[in-house]
Amino acid sequence: MSKKKAMTGAEAAATAMKQINPDVVAAYPITPQTPVVMKFSEFVNDGEVDTEMIRVESEHSAMSACVGASAAGARAMTATASAGLALMWEVVGVASGSRLPIVMNVVNRALSAPINIHCDHSDSMGARDLSWIQLYSEDAQEAYENTILAVKLAEHPEVQLPAMVSQDGFITSHGVQNVTVYSTDKIKKFLGERKPIKALLDVDDPVTMGPLQLQDYYFETKKQQDNAMEKARQVYIDTGKELSKITGNDYGFVEAYNLDSAEYVIVTISSTAGTVKSVIDKMDNPKIGLLKIRMFRPFPYEEVARLLEDKKAVAILDRSESFGADAPIYGEVKNALYNAKSHPKLQSYIFGLGGRDIYEKDIENVFESLLKEDIEDKKRYIGVRE
Amino acid sequence: MNYKQLAEKPQKLASGHRSCAGCGFPQIVRAVLASTDDPVVVSNATGCLEVTTTIYPYTSWKTPFIHNAFENAAATLSGAETAYRALKKRGKLDKKIKFVAFGGDGGTYDIGLQSLSGTLERGHDILYVLYDNEAYMNTGIQRSSATPYGASTTTDPAGKVRPGKQEFRKDIAKVAAAHNIPYVAQASVNNIIDLTKKAEKAFKIKGPKFMVVLQPCTLGWRFPSNKTIEVAEKAVKSCFWPLYEVENGEYKLSYKPKEKIPVTEFLKSQGRFRHLFKPENKHVLEKIQDHVDKEWEKLLKLCGKA
Repeated sequence: MSKKKAMTGAEAAATAMKQINPDVVAAYPITPQTPVVMKFSEFVNDGEVDTEMIRVESEHSAMSACVGASAAGARAMTATASAGLALMWEVVGVASGSRLPIVMNVVNRALSAPINIHCDHSDSMGARDLSWIQLYSEDAQEAYENTILAVKLAEHPEVQLPAMVSQDGFITSHGVQNVTVYSTDKIKKFLGERKPIKALLDVDDPVTMGPLQLQDYYFETKKQQDNAMEKARQVYIDTGKELSKITGNDYGFVEAYNLDSAEYVIVTISSTAGTVKSVIDKMDNPKIGLLKIRMFRPFPYEEVARLLEDKKAVAILDRSESFGADAPIYGEVKNALYNAKSHPKLQSYIFGLGGRDIYEKDIENVFESLLKEDIEDKKRYIGVRE
Repeated sequence: MNYKQLAEKPQKLASGHRSCAGCGFPQIVRAVLASTDDPVVVSNATGCLEVTTTIYPYTSWKTPFIHNAFENAAATLSGAETAYRALKKRGKLDKKIKFVAFGGDGGTYDIGLQSLSGTLERGHDILYVLYDNEAYMNTGIQRSSATPYGASTTTDPAGKVRPGKQEFRKDIAKVAAAHNIPYVAQASVNNIIDLTKKAEKAFKIKGPKFMVVLQPCTLGWRFPSNKTIEVAEKAVKSCFWPLYEVENGEYKLSYKPKEKIPVTEFLKSQGRFRHLFKPENKHVLEKIQDHVDKEWEKLLKLCGKA
């Protein structure tokens, strides 16, 4: 039985964690992730889950304890944002290099300095090359479902990589929406139990984890990580199909909105995709559409190329910078189209850094520029003072 | 446990590792791991011990082992120990397992202090063993907050205007004891019987336990590789490195030398203090002796022996 309930994105993530009922959660509070950890702590202290919770003294220790727990053979989860992700950086790479399927909710927030608690994607985008699967959620519903999906995907024997599930800080994490929560029994059955190939607690078959690998082995280990990332593509699709039997929703690498008839397209991720949809509905022009990226790592190059190659012009909206280089999503979309049979014109836009609002009018302006094929070979900024 | 019993215990750290001739940590690790008959899961901070025992595809560890990073051996072990409790509670595991972290002074006094403090405060049922060689030896003998006053290291060398380190070491055992954990002990590699007695006791206590073991480094302290035990013994007999326990807040002296030897006996056995024996540095030697005497008196008071 599924139930609709009004809740924030943070509560949606915590609700997913409750249904997953992981063996271990190690977490440290940071705005705007705090309501995820607070809600989950309530579930623990009220006995609604029997997870062992470690209230660590920092994000560095949160990820370190998750590595220890996951290596031990447990299903381990955490959540963070911004500076928290930055602090745990080193161990984020240890988790993936050790092939530990930890799932972490990232409530996206700007990085310091200047200090800012509001949404942009510089935290998780900065971690895009740390060998974690990355799923971005448009709303609370997706944050909930992506969290569940990520656990099964990460633990798949062909994958064994950690996964980040992102949602927009405050916008999604603190905004209340109706969320359909599916039956816990079905979710539990979907997930099953974690079956690690090797576990630290298997004292009869002692394993050395985290060894020293020098010039003679390190390279192969890294290549295996990339192989696992490649395999994650199909496993994601297969796992999504399985989850779809419970939810009825689709789990593609991307979501196409009004794309078939469109010639002018906006590409973006997370909550802004929702704003773009609303603008498309209002503008009522069959020539405009949206391509929302759901999975950023591994990046769906083929699908993006296939869906965009016949378009006239595409605007890519990034909520993070790559200073002195192409913004993360723009760069990937451009890469995707290199081998395509034809090439739409591309325009990079940076928006919303540090939580700067993006309005429907801004999106309309982007579409108007696209329709005029007003494109230039440099980044444009939405809503920034010159 | 006597030497014979210790020798008969199964070796959980195999030979063939790459530690230096004269290094004491294999003895420390073997003695600690032999101090319980239960299976032991080991967490190890980045450092000499880790790099010399886990060169892929080989390992010296005949017991489950995890290395995560430099500063997080304690937090990592706290995760493994929590997983153990979680899986046991859920009926997925029925074995009795003990948890031990090994870290050097850099990974414990300095970069890993927060991770250690958090783990001790949270009450995990683990034993943390610090092998203290008083500097960052793995990266080439750089100063740490365990480095003694006056010692020459590569980042605080004996120079023309500054004769090595000008700060006394952090008292890590007391830092650990300030967490009000059930057991803290200071030991030394020269007294393996005392070390195993302490480790055996620690394994029997539930909750966080902390031990710091002096581990003279032949390369960093600059003494011949056959003198490790002798140098450690001088540290103990001069009361530079007293052996004691803190059990539930009660200080207990483990060893009182019949005759306290001058600290210079310990210092002159090593190249890192050689510059202190120049006439112009006489005041440094006096300062060290004075410090050792005062600390020893304080400890005797804490142990009710003054």
